[in-house]
Amino acid sequence: MLATLLLFAVVALVANPLVARFGTRMFPVLALVPLAALIVTIVQSPAVLAGDAHLESFTWIPQLGFEITVRLDTLSWLLALIVTGVGSLVLFYCTFYFGRDEEGVGRFAATLLAFAGCMYGLVIADNVYLLYAFWEGTTVFSYLLIGHYIGRRASRTAALQALIVTTAGGLVMLVGLVMLSVTVGTTSLSELIALAPVEPLVTTAILLILVGAISKSAIFPFHFWLPSAMAAPTPVSAYLHAAAMVQAGIYLVARLAPGFADTPGWREALVTLGLLTMLLGAWRALKQNDLKLLLAYGTVSQLGFLITVAGYGTRNAALAAVALLLAHALYKAALFLIVGIIDHRAGTRDLRKLSGLGREAPFLATTATVAAASMAGIPFTLGFVAKESVLAALVADAADGQLLGWVAVVGIALGSVFTVAYSARFLWGAFARKTEVEQVRPVHESLGFMFSPALLAAAGIIAAPLAAPIGTALEGYSAQFATTGTDIHLALWHGFDIAFAISAGTILGGLALYWARVPVSAVQTRLSTNVNANELYLETMRGIDRVASRITATTQRGSLPFYLGVTLLVFVGTVGTTLILNTTWPSEWRLWDSPAQLAIAVVMGIAAIALAGANKRFQAALLLGATGYGMAAQFAFHGDPDLALTQVLVESVTLIAFVLVLRRLPARLGQVHESRNRLLRAVIGIGVGLVMAVGSIVALGARTAAPISLELPQLAYEQGHGFNTVNVILVDIRGWDTLGELSVLIAAATGVASLVFLRSRTDNLPRPPKEVRRRTLRARLKPLPERPHEESRPDDASTRSAWLLAGFKLAPENRSILLEVVVRLMFHAIIVVSLFILFSGHNAPGGGFAGGLVAGLALAARYLAGGRYELGAAAPLDAGRLLGVGLLLAAGTAVVPLFFGMAPLESTFFEAELPILGHVEFITSTIFDVGVYLVVVGMVLDVLRSLGAEVDRQQEDESDEIAEGSLV
Amino acid sequence: MSVSLVLVALMAIFYSVGVYLLLERSMTRVLLGFMLVGNATNLLILVIAGRSGTPPFYGDAPASEMSDPLPQAFVLTSIVITFGVSAFLMALIYRSWRLANADVVQDDVEDVEIGRRRVSVTSESSAEAEDTEFGTRAAAAVSTALDLEEAERLEEEQAQREARDREALDRELRAEDGHATELQEEEKL
Repeated sequence: MLATLLLFAVVALVANPLVARFGTRMFPVLALVPLAALIVTIVQSPAVLAGDAHLESFTWIPQLGFEITVRLDTLSWLLALIVTGVGSLVLFYCTFYFGRDEEGVGRFAATLLAFAGCMYGLVIADNVYLLYAFWEGTTVFSYLLIGHYIGRRASRTAALQALIVTTAGGLVMLVGLVMLSVTVGTTSLSELIALAPVEPLVTTAILLILVGAISKSAIFPFHFWLPSAMAAPTPVSAYLHAAAMVQAGIYLVARLAPGFADTPGWREALVTLGLLTMLLGAWRALKQNDLKLLLAYGTVSQLGFLITVAGYGTRNAALAAVALLLAHALYKAALFLIVGIIDHRAGTRDLRKLSGLGREAPFLATTATVAAASMAGIPFTLGFVAKESVLAALVADAADGQLLGWVAVVGIALGSVFTVAYSARFLWGAFARKTEVEQVRPVHESLGFMFSPALLAAAGIIAAPLAAPIGTALEGYSAQFATTGTDIHLALWHGFDIAFAISAGTILGGLALYWARVPVSAVQTRLSTNVNANELYLETMRGIDRVASRITATTQRGSLPFYLGVTLLVFVGTVGTTLILNTTWPSEWRLWDSPAQLAIAVVMGIAAIALAGANKRFQAALLLGATGYGMAAQFAFHGDPDLALTQVLVESVTLIAFVLVLRRLPARLGQVHESRNRLLRAVIGIGVGLVMAVGSIVALGARTAAPISLELPQLAYEQGHGFNTVNVILVDIRGWDTLGELSVLIAAATGVASLVFLRSRTDNLPRPPKEVRRRTLRARLKPLPERPHEESRPDDASTRSAWLLAGFKLAPENRSILLEVVVRLMFHAIIVVSLFILFSGHNAPGGGFAGGLVAGLALAARYLAGGRYELGAAAPLDAGRLLGVGLLLAAGTAVVPLFFGMAPLESTFFEAELPILGHVEFITSTIFDVGVYLVVVGMVLDVLRSLGAEVDRQQEDESDEIAEGSLV
Repeated sequence: MSVSLVLVALMAIFYSVGVYLLLERSMTRVLLGFMLVGNATNLLILVIAGRSGTPPFYGDAPASEMSDPLPQAFVLTSIVITFGVSAFLMALIYRSWRLANADVVQDDVEDVEIGRRRVSVTSESSAEAEDTEFGTRAAAAVSTALDLEEAERLEEEQAQREARDREALDRELRAEDGHATELQEEEKL
């Protein structure tokens, strides 16, 4: 069976190109696939009928209990026969139905075959999740099939409607299936039914599953999608909406009934909704003029009938239900196919436009009559046999005093009266001669076209005399129910009993309704109301659209502070609640570690609070600096020299960058837009602060295990060969983190540059020409020759000697000789210090980050003293190149060990006694640290050349423009 | 583990002021808030790291007396990344100022537009299905059979007409909105 499923999938995949290439004559070939499945099922019949369920299993995700398990017992066997048999007949029928120039027929063929495969899988699946997967598979394929005429709005709307209604039900069902399988502890359908525990959770799960079943089978209140779905091509209606998909819900109810029919609410819900649907559908069917719609409402009615009986859940009703299922599939598929032939021939399905077709197409009319007779339950058809057994079962139950039995008998009898009436109306509408309507023209009847409906209709007659053996076969299903003593068996003729009396009464009543069709129609028109489930559905959909739009407009305001505020409020609300409920608190409390900690904290706190009210940018920069340097002091007192060092350096670089940006902005903060909601912001801020404070205390209180870091210093020394544990963690133990961080830095640096540079971010720092660079300091220190036509004063800055390479390029009023001299003298020393910090970092405070920042500060000093030309002179390397080389070195340290059979980032230690240097040690993680150093230098350089040099250039350009403009 | 309350209090102040500034519309204040929140988070890690101790250098003291080195490595990473992101924010502020002369977090124009536009529901209304799939193409069509191609063409035209109407309505609404804004501005003046 699994192989057969695979065959469906494979052929469905290639069907589209095949049909597109060879045309509709490929349909008989495709029909061979379901035929093969049919044969497989038939071959297994003896075993199944002997009560031996055939099981095939393939383990997929054992952790989730997801196994591809298929199981063939009597019920599955019956459904598999119907699904594959009708499937192959419908595919064969398509050969004649579609014209040569039909649009998208390849897609149609592939989808229909895939649908048939899903349907086959659905009825044999034993795993609940597999069942659900096939269930939704049929939904999706039915969407594609109903929407086959993509150019027609009716077709698209109907497809979407069917999809939404059945998927909504399917999702509810999934919840039920998960609840059920988790509660019971198995995902096997057969085991679930065998165990069938009685508890509230299971009851809820079963009722949820029923929602899925009734939405699929178009039971009230979901019945409206089925008539709309008649926009599909008629073969689809014949297969999906008569024999296959809509019976899936009935199948599921029948499948679960042996275990769960006694679930509270099951019987009441199914019988009530089923009868309501039966009557509603039949009443509507009687007023349709479109033959296909007549059948569609008839199907709704019959599905209501089926679910009533299948859900009734007694042994006799169960047998009657499966017999009725078979009869319905045979006659309803045949009738739909016949309507398709009528449409194909006459170009209409409207019974007001058809006349005299019976005389022109006697074979068609005979077939239709046979099928309709089975539908109406005329004696000696399979429909009659099934209905007799239904009535017998229910009457017996009613006689036992079951109220529900009485309700069911009366409802079904009333529904059957209408069924007989609309069956007669169907035959009359399609084939009778109507004097006031033009006669149809004669056309030769195609035998091939007639083959499928004729076979199906004939089966409904041939099966009737075989009722007894069929009944015996199907009792394999009903035997799962407890016996009540009087078992009813299927038979062609039960004799003149109550059931027959009811049957005869319904036939006579139905015929009377038919004869009185003119007054009945008048009554129906008068009674017709505007309350319509379809309109309700549309109104609901519009409502959902409206609500969605309203919600989007309310929540998505485009305001960043609003979003952030909401996020933080939720944070305060949820985390705050958790904290209030918390019971673990730290064992020890201290006010401070040292008095210095308190003193610094007071200064920092005051600075931070003042920052909230700062109005000027430079004021803010200073206050921010105070908090930042305070952080460094806190780190130092906590015993973290590395952090203190890095924090001081970073704070300096940040301040420089901040000031560089601020000089181009107005001095006052937020002058233009007065900020609102000051109080609310303060409340949110304080809320977050408090939650974080309490949260940190609770988090600390939760730390009870010995920290991992007790091992780290030892580990860092023995494995990483470094005394400075923090540095070894960065470059060795947790090197991956640092590698990730370097990537973030590079991204940030690139982002800064691309935001400031408008065209390209390539290095365009002005570099002094070679001869300037080669000039010795002595040459540069010589005073410049005086310009002949300019009067120069001794104190004129422009004639001053240049301590810096770019000194001449500066505007004289911008130069500070003191700064130039200091920078000139310090620069190289600082670079050497930065290298010392880099290499000593392994054993003393420092490392790549600190070293890189020191070098960056040296560059910043050059820039501040000498402007962008000086920066160009000081940094002969492009910032992008520094970043790239740095990352390459760091990543190289990660990758190279792989080639030596080591783990990534694993370090190697070398030591040697060198003649002059003495004992020399080298560990490869130092290379990683050099990479870090280069990336940090590159980052600072990028900030300087973007926020410094490029901003200068843009400012100069602007002032040039303004100057030019004023001249004009 | 024991708690140093001074650090906790300081962290709470930093978070409060930081969030207060983050919720501002001035981008510079957002940047200040971001940096404060960054520092606050470093303090948080410091608090959770436990008590202070001697610097974590191997051999200087037993490991149990050292300050915890692992959080320090995290904070070090965080310090440098905060710098990188701050620099990015600064560049953002500069660019915003240069292009729009504004240091303000603007509302997203598209989002505001969604909120202002009156709800126009676009779901397809139900359409009457034809009573045939073949119509005049059938083998022996009755004289009253539908011409489906004609019907499809009409439907297409109808859809186009509706789309045009919707567009016109949209334009009208937008013009109305514009008018309303003008009026408001006039009132302000």
